[in-house]
Amino acid sequence: MKHHPLKPEGDTRDHLVVIGNGMAGCRAVEELLARDAARYRVTIFGAEPRVNYNRIMLSPVLAGEKSFDDIVINDAEWYAANGIALVAGDPVVAIDRGTKTVTTRGGETESYDRLLIATGSDPFIIPVPGKDLPGVIAFRDMDDVDTMLAAADAGGDAVVIGGGLLGLEAAHGLSLRGMKVTVIHLMPTLMERQLDEAAGWLLKQALEGRGQTILTGADTAEIVGDGKVEGVKLKDGTLIPASLVVMAVGIRPSVALARDAGLAVGRGIQVDDHMVTSDPAVLAVGECVEHDGQVYGLVAPLWDMCRSLADGLVEQPTGYRGSVTSTKLKVSGIDVFSAGDFSGGDGCEDIVLRDASRGVYKRVIVKDDRIVGAVLYGDTADGSWYFDLLKKQEDVSELRDLLIFGQSFASGGGAADPKAAVAALSDDAEICGCNGVTKGQVVSCIAKGARSLDAVRGTCKASASCGSCTGLVENLLALTLGDEVQAGPKTMCKCTSFGHDDVRREIVAQGMRSIPEVMQKLHWTTPDGCSSCRPALNYYLLCALPCDYVDDQQSRFVNERMHANIQKDGTYSVVPRMWGGLTNPTELRAIADVVEKFNAPMVKVTGGQRLDIFGIRKEDLPAVWADLNAAGMVSGHAYGKSLRTVKTCVGSEWCRFGTQDSTGLGVKIERMSWGSWMPHKFKIAVSGCPRNCAEATIKDFGIVCVDSGYELHVGGNGGMHVRVTDLLCKVATEQEAMDYCAAFIQLYREEARYLERTAPWIERVGLAHITARIVDDPAGREALRARFLYSQSFSQDDPWAQRAEGAEAEHHAPMARFTPQEELA
Amino acid sequence: MTAEWLDIGWVDQIPVRGSRTVQVEGGDDIAVFRTAEGKVFALLDRCPHKHGRLSQGIVHGGAVACPLHNWRISLSTGEALGEDKGCTPTVPVKIDGGRVLICRASTLKAAA
Ligand code: SRM
Ligand SMILES: Cc1cc2nc3c(=O)[nH]c(=O)nc-3n(C[C@H](O)[C@H](O)[C@H](O)COP(=O)(O)OP(=O)(O)OC[C@H]3O[C@@H](n4cnc5c(N)ncnc54)[C@H](O)[C@@H]3O)c2cc1C
Ligand code: SF4
Ligand code: FES
Repeated sequence: MKHHPLKPEGDTRDHLVVIGNGMAGCRAVEELLARDAARYRVTIFGAEPRVNYNRIMLSPVLAGEKSFDDIVINDAEWYAANGIALVAGDPVVAIDRGTKTVTTRGGETESYDRLLIATGSDPFIIPVPGKDLPGVIAFRDMDDVDTMLAAADAGGDAVVIGGGLLGLEAAHGLSLRGMKVTVIHLMPTLMERQLDEAAGWLLKQALEGRGQTILTGADTAEIVGDGKVEGVKLKDGTLIPASLVVMAVGIRPSVALARDAGLAVGRGIQVDDHMVTSDPAVLAVGECVEHDGQVYGLVAPLWDMCRSLADGLVEQPTGYRGSVTSTKLKVSGIDVFSAGDFSGGDGCEDIVLRDASRGVYKRVIVKDDRIVGAVLYGDTADGSWYFDLLKKQEDVSELRDLLIFGQSFASGGGAADPKAAVAALSDDAEICGCNGVTKGQVVSCIAKGARSLDAVRGTCKASASCGSCTGLVENLLALTLGDEVQAGPKTMCKCTSFGHDDVRREIVAQGMRSIPEVMQKLHWTTPDGCSSCRPALNYYLLCALPCDYVDDQQSRFVNERMHANIQKDGTYSVVPRMWGGLTNPTELRAIADVVEKFNAPMVKVTGGQRLDIFGIRKEDLPAVWADLNAAGMVSGHAYGKSLRTVKTCVGSEWCRFGTQDSTGLGVKIERMSWGSWMPHKFKIAVSGCPRNCAEATIKDFGIVCVDSGYELHVGGNGGMHVRVTDLLCKVATEQEAMDYCAAFIQLYREEARYLERTAPWIERVGLAHITARIVDDPAGREALRARFLYSQSFSQDDPWAQRAEGAEAEHHAPMARFTPQEELA
Repeated sequence: MTAEWLDIGWVDQIPVRGSRTVQVEGGDDIAVFRTAEGKVFALLDRCPHKHGRLSQGIVHGGAVACPLHNWRISLSTGEALGEDKGCTPTVPVKIDGGRVLICRASTLKAAA
């Protein structure tokens, strides 16, 4: 396709040659024509065999919402009418700055006075085996769309690698075209560059609801197939069948031509504020450039760049100053908007609104009274308003309290104070949508004595379900009672208005499955929680879903993440399990060997009847564990909110007073209960007679053997506030002692708050409650025991063994080493 | 070879809401963090309080909670947040094509 009018006789105008017939190249020419149509003679070279079209609309074309004709920006007429020569389908392969010429693959050479490079970007293809198989494509131009449409006609499975904007739009189109689509995304959340974790999670839910399979944290190992694509294999071995693979993992500025021509190139072709490269005769614009250290992958910056470029070309320079960008996902029915910087940081305040029932998440980030970023999911109507305030750097201190409710509310005349806004509501205005409670009902329930949020929730149910109206109810309380409002039970932390018990109840009632889901549904006010709530949520989920929940390592305290105890100098201590305090020559030898081999400065007998090896370096931990594993020893969980030790005494086997086999029972109990995650640490002891040498009456669960059976004691603590146990009951057999112990542990696991040991828990709920559940209710006890053993079937995996074999190696090895003389190893 | 920036590896090698370290011979480690939003920061791996290893803390928002006594340290400035006072030196970071680069001069200073 060539429109190549010969240079008209006597045309002495400067010749502007444009490489790239895409969005920026043509826009630059349009801007130039608008300023001075007669100034330059223009020739455009384009690699694609077609006229200029709107690349961003390829997604709607793929989805079947538009045709190619609908998305053409400039048709053949336009080129002709403006005397522009278009050389399409013949890419430029070389620039010679000496002779000021460009040469195409077809061998055509053209000389220029000014050259404009607008070559856009190249899709990044991850270098895995099979990447060149037929059926593996990128998503960049109309040819790619044609390939996808042909594949979709044949039906079958498609895999999209990359869960960013582009990948998700490709996946959406392909699934509308009837393909079964799997998205493989390396990161834990979708569109992580535009969205925070919470919004990414909502998006994943919505896409899965539409039948797509979304695999996050999934790393592609290879693309398999014989002569054509047949599937994608992940690093974890999973094989996903596919007749089409779309790679949408990112783009790289297309700089090869410029680099070969000796122009200054960083990540992109480097330009000044007037889009001039290191050669004054050569300009560049669009995704291929780097301006002020930035490269862009969206169209909005191009418009600004093209304006400055044209101003410069007609010698009225203005100058480009960089762009702030915003993103919208073009998937019909799913509204996502993101702008600016949402990474938080110093002095940044987050304002978060979560409306679980409507599936809405809004987050605005304010710094020094200016909006610096916004992420909206579900309701993006105010996106442009926030973006406008952001770009104009407007002072929002006046709007602060109402900002998150959107433009109409925040600028709505008198409603400058949330309390006033609530006061202005009529009595029959609905406050709680979930339970259909009006303002009048809430106020009368407060008048009848509900003086706290919890009391209101308990009586008229307002804000008791999804909680999104909590703020409104609090305002009503404040309005009605003034200073008399009573603080409810303590909230989990400053990230939420819910207490521990509410959160746990809702996790179970609503079947929640992940930390971001809890944060969304329960309206967390921070994007990713804090070091108080995250470990608690991780535990509550683990307890509720023993089989399915994937532990979040980053929400665990260091000791539980490293499976060792951190010491004040940053080294670790290692305590292998010694069942019931028993040991043997093999174990002792292995410990002695480890101490010598790794130069451990100290070994100590702990207060829990086992040995503690001190001063092990983080890097050496896996090797230490491997050596201990080899001698049959597993982690002692001396670091965990979990079973610590089962302390025993010698018992009937040796002791002249022993009434039962306390040592043997201790070992059995430890074998039953080790590895379980709990609200706090848990200690057990079994003494062989009432002399109680194992100190069973200051343990979380203690057994004192007597002639006629076993006395079971609960809720002891030998720590900061010493508490002697309560006697729970007496049982006749070893088996019963074990069953009651399992049931008690499970009740504690299910009901105590995170970081609450059994002693304060029993003080809080009362011994009668424990007795009713464990002693007086045999069926309930049996159910608790069964739930504990079920959960144990998933948790009795030695964490040391997994790591000694190389799991989570990144926790132990440094990422790089730096030796000042040499450089990085 | 004295590049201004040291290439220490791929962004993806740092767990999200987690961190990795760079060992500096003869000096303190450098802790490299990655936040939930994918931002990368580097600090000396040393808490201003009692020298806890910040790399072992819980990362939340733009801060890390020290594993020893739970001080919160800002990842971008190294300042202790809230009531606590103190500051950990920061190391400039840049990301280029998925690679993490840290400032050579600051790294050398850390080693000194
Ligand atoms: C190693 C050991 C001391 C020793 O050398 O004997 C020890 C060491 C620590 N104890 Fe302990 N406790 C040790 C037995 C005890 C005992 C005695 C016992 O278990 O019979 C008690 C009192 C009994 C009890 O727990 O009721 C005990 C009550 C505590 C407490 C207070 C708990 C409380 O509820 O008040 C803490 C603080 C905490 O957990 O928050 C604590 C915390 C600690 C920590 C984890 C401090 C910390 O957070 O770093 C120490 C870790 C050192 C390390 O790196 O190993 N340690 N600690 C003992 C390990 C036992 C084991 O084999 O696992
Ligand atoms: C499917 C899709 C959806 C998108 N959605 C959005 C969106 O919603 N919002 C948004 O802001 N952005 C979106 N983008 C990004 C947007 O399309 C780009 O930012 C924009 O097209 C960049 O313009 P450009 O001119 O720099 O590059 P391009 O538009 O790619 O133009 C470059 C042109 O140069 C040609 N070329 C390259 N090398 C040579 C050569 N040697 N000789 C001759 N010609 C050459 C190429 O063939 C191409 O036609 C989307 C992109 C895609 C692919
Ligand atoms: S009593 Fe426990 S916590 Fe205190 S110094 Fe000794 S080991 Fe550490
Ligand atoms: S050493 Fe970091 S808080 Fe104490």
